[in-house]
Amino acid sequence: MASDQQTPGRPLGRRAIARARRREAAARGWRQFRTHRGGMAGLGILVFFTLVALLAPVLFPPETISVTQATGELLAPPSGQYWLGTDDSGRSMLALLAWGARVSLTVGIAATLISMVIGTSVGIASGHYTGFGGATLQRLTDWVLVIPFLPLAIVLATVLGGGSTLTIIVVIGVTSWAGTARLIRAQTLSVEGRPYLERSRALGSGNWHQMTRHVLPNVFPLVLTNTTLTVAIAILSETTLSFLGLGDPLRPSWGSTLDQAFSNGAVSAGAWWYIGPPGLCVVLVVLSFTMMGRALEQIVNPRLGGH
Amino acid sequence: MSLIQDVAGSGGPDPVPGPPPLSRKEKGSRGLSPGASFALRKTGAALGTLFFVLVVNFFLFRFLPGDPIGMYTRGRNVPPEQLAALRAELDRPILEQFFTYLRNPFASTIDSAQFNRPVWELVTERIWPTLLLVGTAIVLASIIGVWIGIKAGWRRGKTFDKVSTGVTLTLYSMPEFWLGMILLIVFGVGAFGLPGMFPIGGISTPGMDTSSLAGWLDVAWHMVLPVTTLTLVYLAEYALVMRSSLVDEMDEEYLTTARAKGLMDKFVRRRHAVPNALLPTITLIFLNLGFTVSGAITVETVFSWPGLGLLSYEALRGPDVALLQAIFLLFSIGVVLANLVADLLYAVIDPRVRS
Repeated sequence: MASDQQTPGRPLGRRAIARARRREAAARGWRQFRTHRGGMAGLGILVFFTLVALLAPVLFPPETISVTQATGELLAPPSGQYWLGTDDSGRSMLALLAWGARVSLTVGIAATLISMVIGTSVGIASGHYTGFGGATLQRLTDWVLVIPFLPLAIVLATVLGGGSTLTIIVVIGVTSWAGTARLIRAQTLSVEGRPYLERSRALGSGNWHQMTRHVLPNVFPLVLTNTTLTVAIAILSETTLSFLGLGDPLRPSWGSTLDQAFSNGAVSAGAWWYIGPPGLCVVLVVLSFTMMGRALEQIVNPRLGGH
Repeated sequence: MSLIQDVAGSGGPDPVPGPPPLSRKEKGSRGLSPGASFALRKTGAALGTLFFVLVVNFFLFRFLPGDPIGMYTRGRNVPPEQLAALRAELDRPILEQFFTYLRNPFASTIDSAQFNRPVWELVTERIWPTLLLVGTAIVLASIIGVWIGIKAGWRRGKTFDKVSTGVTLTLYSMPEFWLGMILLIVFGVGAFGLPGMFPIGGISTPGMDTSSLAGWLDVAWHMVLPVTTLTLVYLAEYALVMRSSLVDEMDEEYLTTARAKGLMDKFVRRRHAVPNALLPTITLIFLNLGFTVSGAITVETVFSWPGLGLLSYEALRGPDVALLQAIFLLFSIGVVLANLVADLLYAVIDPRVRS
């Protein structure tokens, strides 16, 4: 941030300079990220699952996961034809997993976006406004932080009408922002104390200008790191809510597949191929986001060192 | 939920997310010692949270679109007089309804839709199994988790640290109910040539007298798999936090002093580093009860453990709105109380917080 002081004496416009500076910072970040083994492994896993999710319709035509057009034997263990066996409707597990990746990743990322927008806005606003408004927002954050997530999510999903992917996205989004808000608020407070904000206030900039032009760019690296970690939590939450039967039955995610397996007695049938792989996919994807988040955190906050 | 942020950075969990301590003090809590005024402030904050929960619980079902009566009575025949009573209740001014609700939040006009019994009765008989299961798991997880955290953090970067961090991160990324199902298949039902060694669900063998010694042993035998599942999932976060807070202490100068005095390494660890590093971990164990509640809900479902978690699942499948509201309220009260205990406990063991 020291480069803020350099005067734009070059023939470049202000925007061009900002862009160049951002590009440079991104390149520096990427070079550091590349040295982080855990982060790179996470990225690799994520790229793999993203490709699978994107290519699912090509690899496994939609009829392979249709209950009525399934061709396999019911609950068959892995074989040459069905590498991961079949479910209790005779569908290929491999196809179910590939299609599940679409739902799980979409829900995880969309819910995180909602959560980030709410969390960042509330965090910045509660740090910026010192009066009654800021205190109220802080109170609200504390309250939401304390209320146990799953019972609240269940109640919300029931009220909004379960069984739809959109409901799950909204429910996870509006229940998971508080941690982010607290983190961003703390960072906002530290940014607000810096001299350039005093300068900006002295020159008469408004609240909006201060928050969007000065605070936001400075808390943004933190937002980015936090996003990565929140996606992991959102995907876990999606799995849990779908397992409890709140998912869309027509678009099975990994969690809904586990729900199906559990409800249809796969456990007592000993059908490990029906239960194992969906959970393993969740673990891999969540782990990949967590490891990337930890790597990013070390880059953004070098004080953490080799933690 | 804020756990992983705390684990991975931001310098350990923020012990006091309360209001800035100065403002109240300036107004003057005359005659009160700092400790008492701290306790009072924290209790006030907890009451505020509880009130917020009550507001959410009450208004959520009244302000959202749709017919509340339909929502409460979905999927069953309700006697007309009960329906009329409910309608009369909902026709009163909203604030009046709210005050009636505040007087006794568990006394719903409508019974549980699924069980046709008052929700209060249903909920209270399910509390003890949950406390037994979750309590045992939390105790085991904190002991094992802290032990792993100390061992990994003290020898940072060594093999044990690398392996244990990998394992705990994986456990942390795991849906707890999935782990439960896997354990159930392998050790309960029996797979891969293993015989079924443990019961596949429930709290005791039907017909067993649970007050006898044999009955106790039977319950313990039923607890093995669900407790193992919950312990493994919970200990992951305790180990990660203990490790990172010990690592935070490692650079402190008092440790250099202790070493310079010629203390043996294990004394430096036990007497100096660990007590300080324990502080954030202890609070976390209480603060993250909200997270343990999620585990209880799904794991009880998998193991048909007759506690509040399984009851939530049953209520959800209805959906039995009156019952869901009561369970949500009860869980929230439990977690808010635990948070209050954590705040007060923290102030007792770390006097710096009080000022």
